[in-house]
Amino acid sequence: MSAQRNLMMKVWVGLLALTLIEVLLAYIQLQPVLMLSLLMGFSLVKAAMIMAYFMHLKFDRPALTWMLVPPLVGCIVVLIAYLAPDSLMMLEAGI
Amino acid sequence: MSQVTSTWKGGGSPFAVGRKKLGMWLFVISDALTFSSLLVVYSYLRVANDWPKPFEFYPAIIFSSAMTLVLLTSSLTMVFGVAAAHAGERAKAAKWIWLTALGGAVFVGLHLTEWNHLIHEGVTPFANPWGVPLFGATFFLITGLHMTHVAIGVVYLGVVATGFSRGKFDSEDVEVSGLYWHFVDLVWMFVFPMIYLLSVTVQ
Repeated sequence: MSAQRNLMMKVWVGLLALTLIEVLLAYIQLQPVLMLSLLMGFSLVKAAMIMAYFMHLKFDRPALTWMLVPPLVGCIVVLIAYLAPDSLMMLEAGI
Repeated sequence: MSQVTSTWKGGGSPFAVGRKKLGMWLFVISDALTFSSLLVVYSYLRVANDWPKPFEFYPAIIFSSAMTLVLLTSSLTMVFGVAAAHAGERAKAAKWIWLTALGGAVFVGLHLTEWNHLIHEGVTPFANPWGVPLFGATFFLITGLHMTHVAIGVVYLGVVATGFSRGKFDSEDVEVSGLYWHFVDLVWMFVFPMIYLLSVTVQ
């Protein structure tokens, strides 16, 4: 019971640490595309930590994760794929 | 027959979760897509327009970081609430859930303060002092939808805490409300960097 509690507090500390890194990135200010990539990378790690530990997916059957996560990721990839070419073209042209 | 073959043949529970938990998970996935589409379109609009970067590192970013801390911590107290509920400690679970709801209420209060500040600076859904009117529209839509989720969550947690301490709800109901709460936290992990951290004023 208390081992579980310690684990959850470690996850919480990890989430806070990643958030702190994100805020520091905003403070030092990098190139927008690099900044977006890094922030989304950290946020995806945080989302995975919340889903695996706080939302208990790691301790449920893998079948639940396989049913829920790949379709979500697939839909988001499709969403991005619709708009990414146009966005990249505009970035390239410097508009 | 062995259990392995019967798992997917009906009559069993292949995911080994209750119907309420499965239902909440499906809602969470569909709601995640709502926020995903909003954030993807928001990113497109940022590229397609000369987007304003109005947030000063201090106070706006420090303020919204404090909001993030409150929401993350309320997720931790919810974890403790669910653990206490599964252990059958009703009073203790209710205490943790109320604490979580308090965290949510503080988050909404802080966010409304932030909104109020921006509104006084002249930001509306149709105009703002810094340029592209869409800035206000997307800001209020995305943060507003998230804040609505938090506010609904506070009421939901209040109902669950009351019902659980009176013995009306079982521990699965608490776990399901926890799933919703963690999801609201998870969404903020994307809204916060995309709305705030990418719009810090260039010094």
